[in-house]
Amino acid sequence: MTFSTKSSRSITRHTGAAAVALAAAAALLAGCSSDDTSDNPLEGEKAEAGTVVVGSNNFAESTLLADIYGEALRAKGLEVSYKHNIGSRETTYGLMKNGSITVLPEYNGSLLAYLDPEAGQESADAVNEAVKAELDKKLTLLESSPAENKDSVSVNAETAKKYGLTSSSTLADLKDVAPELVIGGSPEFQTRQQGLKGLETVYGLKFESFKALDAGGPLTQAALTRNTVQAADIFTTDPTILKEKFVVLKDPENLFGFANVTPLVHKAGLPQEGVDALDAVSAKLDTETLLDLDAQVQLDKKDPLDVAKAWLKSAGLD
Amino acid sequence: MNILDFGNAFFSDSAHWHGYDGIPQRFWEHVQYSLLALAVAAAIGLPVGLLTGHTGRGGNALALIANAARALPSFGLLVLAVLSIGFGLLPVMIPLVVLAVPPILVTTYEAVRSVDPSPVDAARGMGMHESRILLQVELPVALPLILSGLRSAAIQIVSTATIAAYVSLGGLGRYIVDGLYQRDYEKVVGGATLVAVLALITLAVFWAAGRFAVSPGVRRR
Amino acid sequence: MNGFFDIPSDLQHSWAGLIGLHLRESLLPVAAGLLLALPLAQLCVRFRWLYPPVLGLTTVLYAVPSLAFFVVLIDYTGQTELTVMIPLAVYSLVVLIPAIVDGVRSVPQETLAAATAMGFGPVRRYLQVQLPIAAPAIMAGLRVATVSSISLVSVGALIGNQGALGNLLAAAQKYDRPELAVNAVVTMAVLAILCDALLVLLRVLLTPWMPRGAHRRAAAPREQLTPEGVTR
Repeated sequence: MTFSTKSSRSITRHTGAAAVALAAAAALLAGCSSDDTSDNPLEGEKAEAGTVVVGSNNFAESTLLADIYGEALRAKGLEVSYKHNIGSRETTYGLMKNGSITVLPEYNGSLLAYLDPEAGQESADAVNEAVKAELDKKLTLLESSPAENKDSVSVNAETAKKYGLTSSSTLADLKDVAPELVIGGSPEFQTRQQGLKGLETVYGLKFESFKALDAGGPLTQAALTRNTVQAADIFTTDPTILKEKFVVLKDPENLFGFANVTPLVHKAGLPQEGVDALDAVSAKLDTETLLDLDAQVQLDKKDPLDVAKAWLKSAGLD
Repeated sequence: MNILDFGNAFFSDSAHWHGYDGIPQRFWEHVQYSLLALAVAAAIGLPVGLLTGHTGRGGNALALIANAARALPSFGLLVLAVLSIGFGLLPVMIPLVVLAVPPILVTTYEAVRSVDPSPVDAARGMGMHESRILLQVELPVALPLILSGLRSAAIQIVSTATIAAYVSLGGLGRYIVDGLYQRDYEKVVGGATLVAVLALITLAVFWAAGRFAVSPGVRRR
Repeated sequence: MNGFFDIPSDLQHSWAGLIGLHLRESLLPVAAGLLLALPLAQLCVRFRWLYPPVLGLTTVLYAVPSLAFFVVLIDYTGQTELTVMIPLAVYSLVVLIPAIVDGVRSVPQETLAAATAMGFGPVRRYLQVQLPIAAPAIMAGLRVATVSSISLVSVGALIGNQGALGNLLAAAQKYDRPELAVNAVVTMAVLAILCDALLVLLRVLLTPWMPRGAHRRAAAPREQLTPEGVTR
């Protein structure tokens, strides 16, 4: 026992030493040739004092919301930098905790399900209270917006027809047919409570298999359209639901809970005027607006930053 | 927790050993992708390399093509292929084959080119047909080098086939991509270990193939 | 905003900016790899028993997929360029060590003896005799390492926009804009070919005594079948 820990420790020490040596060499070289000092790799993780770092997850809406937050903060005279496209919540939450990111667009109920998979979700306010209780001490949630974008299990038109599923069908109706269906979603959907785990424990659904795609993005949309998967995790604000006649199944047990767009904030990094600016954004952002902005990015292929700026201007927040 | 603990935890979890996401299934998928890509690349690279090496013509053109193919980024080709032809095995095969053809092609060409000319001349003097010279004189002598080209192509394929998981296919890359998004280091380390193991198995297979297929006279040199 | 060069704002770089970033992220590791490979290879030449284990270790490291490398490093170096550059430096090492060892070993004993007889010390002999004669082999290794490094940087896109031009690939998927993927592939391929050509040019300049270009093989014919040539 002692022997094995010793030997494994010495291996980590060696790889560590090698990494340090490489890092030193790389840093040396970077120092020689690098023209801009802003992203010196050795300082990359810690934000400059006074700069608000706005992060986003790896899907289009998250980028759009981060742009809205960032530009709203800029309009109040704050220094803002972006760290886009980072990955899943599993990754971004760690970066929030260590302060690498100051502000991140979150969805209140989804965040709660990540922090405490067992938690019930009765009302939006209760969810926010529960999240705040579970959050790391250095973090907090600001005011939620009325805009909501849930995960959902949706089936394609072909599957809906085959099994007689309509917009009034529920997830419970899938119980008997699930073993014949392949379900798709982001890789993290496989292990989340608001994912395969919850679908099994709450609704008793066991699918034939799971296919890892992307976070409600083009891969998921294409896989569902082409019947590579028969059901998939689709965001309820996804403009392709209407376009491709996907059927969103009802969620009577509230597995996917509340998903109001809410800024998650590293307290030490955001001054009061920043909090005020983000609260003002949340007050004006409703689901209809979000659907419209999403469509501009995903269907009309406009740049999210332009869409964000235009909306802030129209809402009088610039 | 260090890397060894992660690997240990991954392999000792019985849930990782069965089902569509189990190690045997993912390993087998990875082997299938790799073999298919290697077979297609060899079907392209070997004949062209043998012929050009035999005639000694087209070496420069070959080098140009191989260099250009090497310059194409595998990950980029994959994304491009998926965006233009959609899902499936084909978009994954394109980058893998493009990756594997240059080493096979170039080493085969070099191997045949560098065969000692005296036995070739002797065979020609004995009235041997050109195709027999290629297959019975040049090929056996060139075989060790040709195998080394195939081997390096195979290792690159095994390592690169992990990107199939990024576009929703299976294989051992599934554990690495899923582990990234699920923040599950056990899966990442387990997947990487399995890929390295498969690479070592590939090395062993080629070593055995060399023992078996290379004529002892050539091997001794 | 659908043009070939309309880079989505979340990449926070212009096309030219991405190219600069890409070159830095791919070439610095190769340079670092070369700096480390030179002394390591010299050790392998000096102590012959060291070479097989070093070769074995580097081969296994080479088989570890880059993405797995990145993900494990995130814990130590964060989601930064460094996380992408360290594995690339390791891959460069794997290619460069054998290239340098083979190159330095190919220097004939008589040449070394002659240098010693002329009063060259070990350092001067290494710098002025062994390295120049090994230069073609080293440059060949550098070409392979550089081209593969330029390709591999793009995988960094998966760990949060750290893939320079590769970020265009992630964006192409996210916004369903295939032209961005075409842009990324073509730009990376052109960068790789240009860097490769520069290295060929550099080799010609560094080894003025050698015949130029592709005719080199014809001028130094049939020397590949030495035992080392076969096992390599």
